[in-house]
Amino acid sequence: MATSLVLLQAVAELFPNGISRYAVGGLLVGLGTVVIYVGTGIPAGASTFLESTLSYVSDQSRFQRYVASRDWRVVFTAGIVLGGLAFAATVQSGVVTTSLYEPGTTGTLYEVAGVTLWSTDVQPWRLFLGGILVGIGTRIGKGCTSGHGVCGVGSASKTSLVGVATFLTVAIGTAQVVAALGVSP
Amino acid sequence: MAERHPLFKPLVFVGGLLFGFGLGFSHMARPEVVVNFLLFEDLGLPFVMFGAAIVSGIAFALLPRIRDAAPLTGDPYERRLKPFDRNVLVGGAVFGVGWGLSGICPGAAYASLGVGNVTILWALGGMFLGAYAQGYWRSRSRAPEAAAAGAD
Repeated sequence: MATSLVLLQAVAELFPNGISRYAVGGLLVGLGTVVIYVGTGIPAGASTFLESTLSYVSDQSRFQRYVASRDWRVVFTAGIVLGGLAFAATVQSGVVTTSLYEPGTTGTLYEVAGVTLWSTDVQPWRLFLGGILVGIGTRIGKGCTSGHGVCGVGSASKTSLVGVATFLTVAIGTAQVVAALGVSP
Repeated sequence: MAERHPLFKPLVFVGGLLFGFGLGFSHMARPEVVVNFLLFEDLGLPFVMFGAAIVSGIAFALLPRIRDAAPLTGDPYERRLKPFDRNVLVGGAVFGVGWGLSGICPGAAYASLGVGNVTILWALGGMFLGAYAQGYWRSRSRAPEAAAAGAD
């Protein structure tokens, strides 16, 4: 009895926000991927949008190869942005409530026209510098968290499994070092 | 390029909506939550990526057995398989440093903008800059051996 209580407590400490919001969110991300795949046969990733959109303003051959897909990738990204807004206007604003959602305490909430919006407290230099490396790395490494992580892993692709193991391991090391250096948030 | 089916873009948009809503609901669109996972302070985040991978994996496995081709494109249902080379490791490592430093990845950054995180424009600006830098460099250095490069 006492051991199971200790076990429960350990689990609660590892998952302070439970798992339901993560699992439900992941289910929806997967569903979005499946909707596109069923209709079009395309396993869509999010980071190609960066290069395909650059083809509108740059003649570099590296971007021009994505001309054929650049219009629907803009539509995909617009959908992701508006999907985030739809979440903000419903669940985040408390208009729709569910026990599966754990609001947490990160960042800063603010209101515009009755919609509860959210903003990060992570410092802009981290976002900018990290963003540059994400832009370089995802494009050289053939995919990001959605291309490798969702579509590639879902395809049981060895390349993607190695890619995910690589960026996950390096990201954990980086975050630990950054925190150890006293950088927060 | 052949004319696309009129429902092609609306379907991609609906898929994007679900995708973005899920990233908002899961809090993966919040850099703090990603960083907290990487620091082992909240281990829930893998349920997002692997949960989504399981759902898409079921579709990737089943659809080729049910139908020959996708209705809106006529394309065959194929899995997402990319050739392995050193770039997967090098790019993955660079992405890992960026993800660990910022707590944000491309899809989550788009959704983050939607939940009201205007500050994420710093990350989005950085991503475009990084994507441009590698594209500029690779367009130059690959030009002579373009024929040998193949698909990726």
